[in-house]
Amino acid sequence: MRDKLFHIILLVVSMFVPLVCGGIIYSLVTDAYMAFEHFGLVNFLTSTDWSYTPGNEQYGALPFITGTLLTTLLALLFCIPFSMPVSLFVGEYFKGTKLAATLSTVVDLLAGIPSIIYGIWGFFTLRPIIMALNISPQGSSILTASLVLAIMIVPYASSLSAEFIKMVPNDLKESAYSLGATHAEVVRKVVFPVAGSGIFSSYILAIGRALGETMTVTMLIGNTNHMPHSIVSTGNSMASVIANQFGEADGLRLSALIAIGLVLFVITALVNGVGKLLIKRARID
Amino acid sequence: MESPIITFNNTCISYTKGVMAVKNVSADIARNTITAIMGPSGCGKSTLLRAVNLMHNLYDNIHVSGQILFNGQDILKMEPIEVRKQIGMVFQRPTPFATMSIYDNVLAGYQLNGIKLSKAEKDETVERCLRSVALWEEVKDVLTKKGTFLSGGQQQRLCIARALALKPEVLLMDEPTSALDPIATQRIEELLVELQKEVTILMVTHNMGQAKRISSNSLFMYLGELVEQGSTVQLFDNPKDERTKAYLTGKMG
Repeated sequence: MRDKLFHIILLVVSMFVPLVCGGIIYSLVTDAYMAFEHFGLVNFLTSTDWSYTPGNEQYGALPFITGTLLTTLLALLFCIPFSMPVSLFVGEYFKGTKLAATLSTVVDLLAGIPSIIYGIWGFFTLRPIIMALNISPQGSSILTASLVLAIMIVPYASSLSAEFIKMVPNDLKESAYSLGATHAEVVRKVVFPVAGSGIFSSYILAIGRALGETMTVTMLIGNTNHMPHSIVSTGNSMASVIANQFGEADGLRLSALIAIGLVLFVITALVNGVGKLLIKRARID
Repeated sequence: MESPIITFNNTCISYTKGVMAVKNVSADIARNTITAIMGPSGCGKSTLLRAVNLMHNLYDNIHVSGQILFNGQDILKMEPIEVRKQIGMVFQRPTPFATMSIYDNVLAGYQLNGIKLSKAEKDETVERCLRSVALWEEVKDVLTKKGTFLSGGQQQRLCIARALALKPEVLLMDEPTSALDPIATQRIEELLVELQKEVTILMVTHNMGQAKRISSNSLFMYLGELVEQGSTVQLFDNPKDERTKAYLTGKMG
């Protein structure tokens, strides 16, 4: 009897989370509907106009989709040269040493820093450097945002990668050594292939983090609504345009912002889904 | 008697300073034989075995002293990579490289050492090695499949083939059948008896029956010391040391 009661309570409580999730999707879709209906789905996704002149409102999401994908891609590229060595340092070369423990603690600390702090650091430290180097006149750009974003995602990519690198069985590595391999060859031909799918999954996680990051990007990207013409031009990401404009928006504009939110949600879900599928496949082989 | 292929000369191994895991071991390993190293858990038999291909060099805390002569040359003064190409090793658990095909697994030693082989040489090596471990007939049609698809016994034979591919003079085996079922174990034992014609086998085993069945010489270790050594028949039938006798009769261990 008590078992049954417990089952029912368990069921009801665990259904609560998917229910909330469903509710979020439902309200996103209903609120975004006006924009999709007004501009058409394809047109909304491919248009680069963003003008809120009364009487001639034009809202297209392409500049922001581009901004998000570009910042994420660049952040990933800038992140790899730092996260990969860290994960090898912690997971293989200095595995189990005090030095490795200290390094991984410090790197993990990065993950705990609130994004507003990264934003401030980027705004007052990195932006003047970008200006001084004459890369971009105001210092705010897609590049600036990507650089800070890269630092933010290093701990996500490196600590999980290090865990997977650590998990490569010792006797497998010793087998390669027993065949006359050097440490570098063991890393390249045994550690990376064996930990590969795991390392991949940690980068997917990092991408997921970068796609939705709002505060830092908003502070550094320049917040312009036109299509970025290069990586040093200003722009807006999907998250940053919403954060910037939701307070003053209503009607069609608000609906367009919510529609962008829905698109961001779908892209994030797709990235995670595809990533998980690839990991699964990599595991079976 | 032909000169021994390996000679331990006062070999001592310690994991922590001052604590000896292997104490002053001196022994000769005869060419083209199977020599078994026996003893209860923690007696240092695996530690001694792993010293022969300089596995201990991978770990900073392990210290090996004395001499280990390989064809008269002191291994401890040689380059680990050179030693390991001539002295192969097979581990307790089968360790095929999961991301490589059966074919590539056999050739892994060449690939890891950056030695380029022609297609014909590769095919020849793969077939020769897989035949010598009696695996060729079973896998010749699935060479491109991953090695991890094979059964445990097949995987272990694949690992032996991989070690043999580099044509080593000595094969070190660390309890190579302890993770296998009796039938797979029997096949490996038969294989080793055949293989001793081309390679000297030094094998750690927990399994006294196995040592008795296939080895010609045995070393018995206890708490880091080499207690007794000699022909396996003599060691089993007429052990000189009380500790050997106690272990072999199951009174200790």
